[in-house]
Parts: sequence; structure tokens; C-alpha cells
Amino acid sequence: MVDISYYILLSAVLFTIGAAGVLVRRNPLIIFMSVELMLNAANLAFVAFASMHNSLDGQIFVFFVMTVAAAEVAVGLALIVQIFKSRHSINVDEMNSLKG
Amino acid sequence: METHGFAFLAPWLVFAPLAGLLLNILLGGWFMKQPWGERAIGAIAATASGAAFIVSVLLAYTVFAGHGEVARWTLGQWIYIGDLKLDWTFRLDSLSTTMMLVVSGVGTLIHIYAIGYMHEDVRFKNDIPRYQRFFVFLNLFIAAMMILVSGDSYMMLFVGWEGVGLCSFLLIGFWYDMDTLGRSSWANSNAAKKAFITNRIGDFGFLIAGFLMFWQLGSVHSFQFDQVFAAAPAIAESNPVIIVLITLFMLIGVAGKSAQIPLYVWLPDAMAGPTPVSALIHAATMVTAGVYLITRSAPLYTLVPEAQYIVAMTGAVTALFAATIAVGQYDIKKVLAYSTISQLGFMVAAVGMGAYVAGMFHLITHAFFKALLFLSAGSVILGLERGHHHLAHHGHGHGGHHEEVFDPGDMRNMGGLRKTMPVTFWLYMIGTLALAGIFPFAGFWSKDEILLDAAKLYPQVYALLAIAAFFTAFYMGRQIWMVFFGEARHEAAAHAVESPAVMTVPLMVLAALSMLGGALNLPAVHTLGHWLEHTVKVVEHEAHVAPWLELSWGGFNPYVALISTVAALAAIFISWWIYGRNPLKAGQPDPLKKPLGLAFTGMENKWFVDEGYWFVIVDRYVDISRFLADKIDWEFWHDFVHDKVIAGTYNWLSHIALNEVADQKGIDAFANFLGKATQWLSGTTRKFQNGFVRSYALSVFLGVVIILGYLLLK
Repeated sequence: MVDISYYILLSAVLFTIGAAGVLVRRNPLIIFMSVELMLNAANLAFVAFASMHNSLDGQIFVFFVMTVAAAEVAVGLALIVQIFKSRHSINVDEMNSLKG
Repeated sequence: METHGFAFLAPWLVFAPLAGLLLNILLGGWFMKQPWGERAIGAIAATASGAAFIVSVLLAYTVFAGHGEVARWTLGQWIYIGDLKLDWTFRLDSLSTTMMLVVSGVGTLIHIYAIGYMHEDVRFKNDIPRYQRFFVFLNLFIAAMMILVSGDSYMMLFVGWEGVGLCSFLLIGFWYDMDTLGRSSWANSNAAKKAFITNRIGDFGFLIAGFLMFWQLGSVHSFQFDQVFAAAPAIAESNPVIIVLITLFMLIGVAGKSAQIPLYVWLPDAMAGPTPVSALIHAATMVTAGVYLITRSAPLYTLVPEAQYIVAMTGAVTALFAATIAVGQYDIKKVLAYSTISQLGFMVAAVGMGAYVAGMFHLITHAFFKALLFLSAGSVILGLERGHHHLAHHGHGHGGHHEEVFDPGDMRNMGGLRKTMPVTFWLYMIGTLALAGIFPFAGFWSKDEILLDAAKLYPQVYALLAIAAFFTAFYMGRQIWMVFFGEARHEAAAHAVESPAVMTVPLMVLAALSMLGGALNLPAVHTLGHWLEHTVKVVEHEAHVAPWLELSWGGFNPYVALISTVAALAAIFISWWIYGRNPLKAGQPDPLKKPLGLAFTGMENKWFVDEGYWFVIVDRYVDISRFLADKIDWEFWHDFVHDKVIAGTYNWLSHIALNEVADQKGIDAFANFLGKATQWLSGTTRKFQNGFVRSYALSVFLGVVIILGYLLLK
């Protein structure tokens, strides 16, 4: 039985990598992957605690998170395709037409 | 717990006519499109009134079975504010049920009569759809009158009092866009306004009486009759002026509603309404509301003999004054109108003297025979209209009838009608004999009782009333000779047509009542007296009585009866001498004009009272209004205050305050500063909105870190 602290540590590392990725990368596909990384870091923490407490609640929650993440990716990818069609670029720094 | 019998039916006195009214409002328009529509509307209205009559009979039975015990039925709370607690309570006692029976009984007969009368009236006036409205108003009147007579408090009585006033207004102005001859004019609507405004003056007196009760009698929180009467004697001991004021202000209300001097002037003009209205509202029921009010307030009046004397004198003077005017009138309904004022004077005099039973007795018999007379007069008028119509269509020789303005109510156009309208003639004769007080008709008994009480209590009142009774017989005789005897003075009279059964049958019922109504309160038996005693406690005055009045055959004094009978017969004989012996010819002036001279001119012109009121009150009122409008409102308020003071000051201030320096350096600078400040603020804040998604993400991230940090570290 691996100690819970290792899982938490791994989860924290994954989350940090994801957050950094969201902040520094300009390609929306990479940003999405980073977001997925953050979500899965959260999932890892959920199942770790669920296993520690001998409770299924955390595991059920993970299913919901995965479902929502899948839906989010579907919507996000569709948006990216549409943006690429109109602008021939997917650089997020060029998508600034709503600024004040 | 005593049983209340049929008391629970009391609200239906009001609901039944209201149901008829609603039915006729909602369905009447559709009915009028059907061939049987008019009959349906009339039948609904008459049934509603008849239902009220049946309820009245049951309620009267309830009171009778309870040996005159007062029964009450509360429908609900009305107004509860602080000390004031008003309920909708129906009061059933011998007095109120008697009034209910008269109102709904006579009312139902008149409803039936009106089915026939209005059928022809709307055709002569050329506006058939108005038929529906008439019966709606008539039912509304019954409902309001029922509230008036059945209310257990002065305020509920007042609601009915105003309600019947409204119906009176609506029905006098029923043909509001024409005069009585059907010509386009505002004469009828002016008559309606006159009635309403005159009544408002009276109602003002009633209201002040009500305020005084609430204010001065202390514990009067519900205006219930019994509560007022219980509080009154103590006040009468300590401060009788209060009671005198209450009763006299109430008398002003009575003078308005029951057409007494000085407020009687509206009643003759009220004849502008259709004849069933004149019979129902302006003869049999509404105008007797004042008599009812005084009878109801008997415990108050009994406390203050001074006020009683004033009431009695008001009634007696009115009785004589109106009777003299009736002698000089030519319109068949105007004669009856002044006769009504005069007879109401008899009743007011009676209840003023404390002879409540005699007053109520006369009220009932008068309702019978005056309704009969008015409705018969309506039959005469329609008979002449029919004759006139017949002539206009068949063009009898000279075709001038179309342009000629023909007045079917003018007795100078009548004559000889006993041959063409025999049924109406006999009905009219019965009504006349009853009104003139000829034995054994109803009027003989009731008028005699008033005269006997007057002779015992107030000789002056007796003298006035006896002379008025003489005039009564005289003007009725004059009317009979002018209308039914002699030769026709107009072709329309010669071709007059008798009325249909729907009109004459209710009249026969009323005629029977006019003949037999005296049986209600025959001497020695005094049925009505014992019945009303349950409610109205009669106080016997121990007055010094002249020896000839001491003779009593069961409360019947043969001398008084003899005097009035001889006077009435003499008056009828004189009227025959003047009008019957040599019948009036067409175009001939009244034979009384020459011997009486100026006095007859006075009677003919109602003693110029209307002109006097016009000069003293109406013209002065118009002068004051004009002064207020022209001088105060326009010249002072508009021209001076508004234009000079307010607008001028404003202009002057703006010239001083708003020069270039103040404007540009002060107001403009302030406005520009606001604009600049807003621009600077937005220019600064828009820099955060740089459009880079990643910087937004960073701010979200930082925000989350800060909130989490706060939550962890706090």
C-alpha cells in the first residue's frame, strides 16, 4: 500500500504542470491538453482520498468530471475549428478582437 | 334561543330585485332582438319585484308570529374603523315589514302596468331599445327602497336613501334628450338635475344629523336605531338643544325627500319621468321615505315637543300651500304632483304631532289611491297619444296635426273621456273619491284620523289641514269635470282609445285597495294601530280637549268626520258649479281666472316660487361662480399670481443668475469636469482588458490563489 502522500504529491505536480501550461502556451490544443492535465490531477486526488476513506463517492465524482471534460473538449475543438476556418490561425494571442 | 322564522330570507328583499336587474342587463340586449323580448324583460322585472313581495309577506308573518318582537338578520360587517362599527343588518319589525309590503306590493303592480305602458311609450318617443333600461332602473329602485326600509341603522337607511335618490334622478331623466312632449331638448334632464340637487340639500341635513348623533350622543358606534334611542334620553335631560338640532336637521332631509316646504320644488318637475315612475317613486314609495324616517325616529322626536311642533307646522303649511297650487294647474300629472306634495304634508303633519299610526295609515292608503290616480292619468295620456297618432296617420281633413305640438297631458286638450275610456274613467273616479276623503273610501278613514289627532293636539294644524282637505276635493273635482265630462276639446280626445288589460288590471287591484284600504285601521278595531304599537310606542298627550272632541265612538269622532265630509262634498259641488255645469270650451280660459284675478295667476304660476328661488339662489350662485371664475381664478390667480408673480420672478432670477460668467465658468465647467473624469477613468481601466486570453487566465489563477490563501490562512 503506497502512502497517500505520494498520490497527493503527484496530483499537485500534475496540477502545477497543467496550470503552467495553460498560462504559457499559445496553441489552444496544448492549452486544452493542459486543462485535461489539471482535471486529471483533481481526479487522481479524488480516487486517492476515496480509496483512503473506503468510500465510493470520490470515484463516482471522477466519472462526472470525465464526462464533463469530454463534453468540454468536444465544444472547444468545434470552436477551434470554426476559428481556424475564419482566421487561418489558432494563436490565442491573435484572438483579441473583444478587447476594450 | 327564539326562532327567527323566515328572517334568514331578509337579504333577498334586496337580492331578488338585484338578480332581476342583472338578468336584464346581461340578457336584455339579446331579448330586445327577439319578438317576445319586451315581454320577457317586463316579466323578469315584475317577477323580481314579486319575489320581494313574497319575501315581505313571509317576513311580516315572522314578525306577526313573534308577537311583534324585533327580528334581525346580519349579512356581514360593513365598516369597522376605530369606534365606528357598521354592519349590514336587516331589521324586521312591524313598521319595516309594513313599509316592505307597501313598497313591493304597489311596486309589483306598477311593474306589471309598466310592461304595457312602456311598450307604447317607447314607440311614441321613437326609441324602442330604451325599454330594457327602464326595467333595470325600476328594479334598482326596488332594491334601494328595500335597503332604506329594512336597514337597522341610520347609515344603512342612508344608503337606501341615496340609492332611491339616484334612481329617481335616473328615471326622471329617462327621456333625457327630450322634453315631455318628445321634442329634442334638455328639459327632462334639467328636471332630473333639479330633483337630484334639491335632494342633496336635504341629504346634507340628514348627514349633519348623523354626524351630531355620532359626535354628541357618546356611545353611538353603530348608528343602530336602538342604540341611538337608548342614548338620547340622557342627552335630552342634560342638553336638549342637541336633540332639537338632530331632529331639525333630519327634518331638512325629510323636506328634501318628501317634498316639503321649502324643498318641494323638485317634485312637480319630476313629472318629466314616465308615468309609472311618477306613480311608484314620486307618489307611492320614495317620497314617503321622509315620513318613514320620522316615524322610525319617533323616540327622538317625542323627546322634543318644540321640534315636533315645527315638523307638524311644516307639514300643515305644505299641505295647504301645495293644494292651492294644484287648483291652478292644467297638466293632469302636475295637479297630481301638487296633490302628492299636499298629501305628504298631511302625513308629515301627522307624524310631527306624534300621531304615527295615523301618518302611516295615510301613507299606506295614499300609496294605493295616488298610485291608482297616476297610473290612470298615464292611461289617459296614452289614450290621447293613441288618438293623436290615429289622426296623424289617417289625416282627418286638415293635415296640420304633424306640425302642431300636441300635449297629451294638458287637461285643456281633454274632455268627454268617460265615453271613450270608460274603464279608466271609473278607476279614476275611485281614486278621486278616495283622495277627496269620501265615505267609505280608504282616504276618508286615514285623513279623518289625522284631522282628529290634529284637532286634539294642535288646533292651528287642524285648521290648515281642514282647509287643505277642502281644496283637495275641489281640485280633484275640477280635474274630473275637465278630463272626463263635457265635450272633447281636441280631436285626439275625441278619438282616444282605451288601454289594454295589462294596464287596467293592476289598476283594478289598486282600485279595490283604494276602496277597502280603510279596513286596515277601522275605528274601534285599530288593526294597524295595534300592529304598529309593537314598534312605535305612542305617547298619549294629556292635552286639554274641547268638549265637542270628547265624544268618541271607538276613537272615531263624528263631528270631525262630518265637518270634513261636508267640506269635501261642498268642494265637489262647487267644482261642478264652475266646471261641470258649463263645460270648458276649446280655447276658453279657466273660469276661475276672472273672479279670482291675481290669486289665480299666483296658483297658475305656482306662486312664483321657482322664479323666486331662481332670483334669490340660482342667479346669485351664478354671480358668485362667475366672480370666482373671472376675477379670482382668471384675473387674480392666472394673470397675477401665475403670469406676474411666478413666471415674472422666474424670468428675473434667470436673467440675474444665468449670465455668461456664471454659465460658462460655473455650470459648463462642472459639466465638462464630469465628462473628463469619466473619460480618464475609462481610459485607465480599459488597459486591463487587453484581449490576451492567457493574461485573463493568469488573473483567474491569481484570484483563485488569493482566495484559497485567505481561506487557508485566516
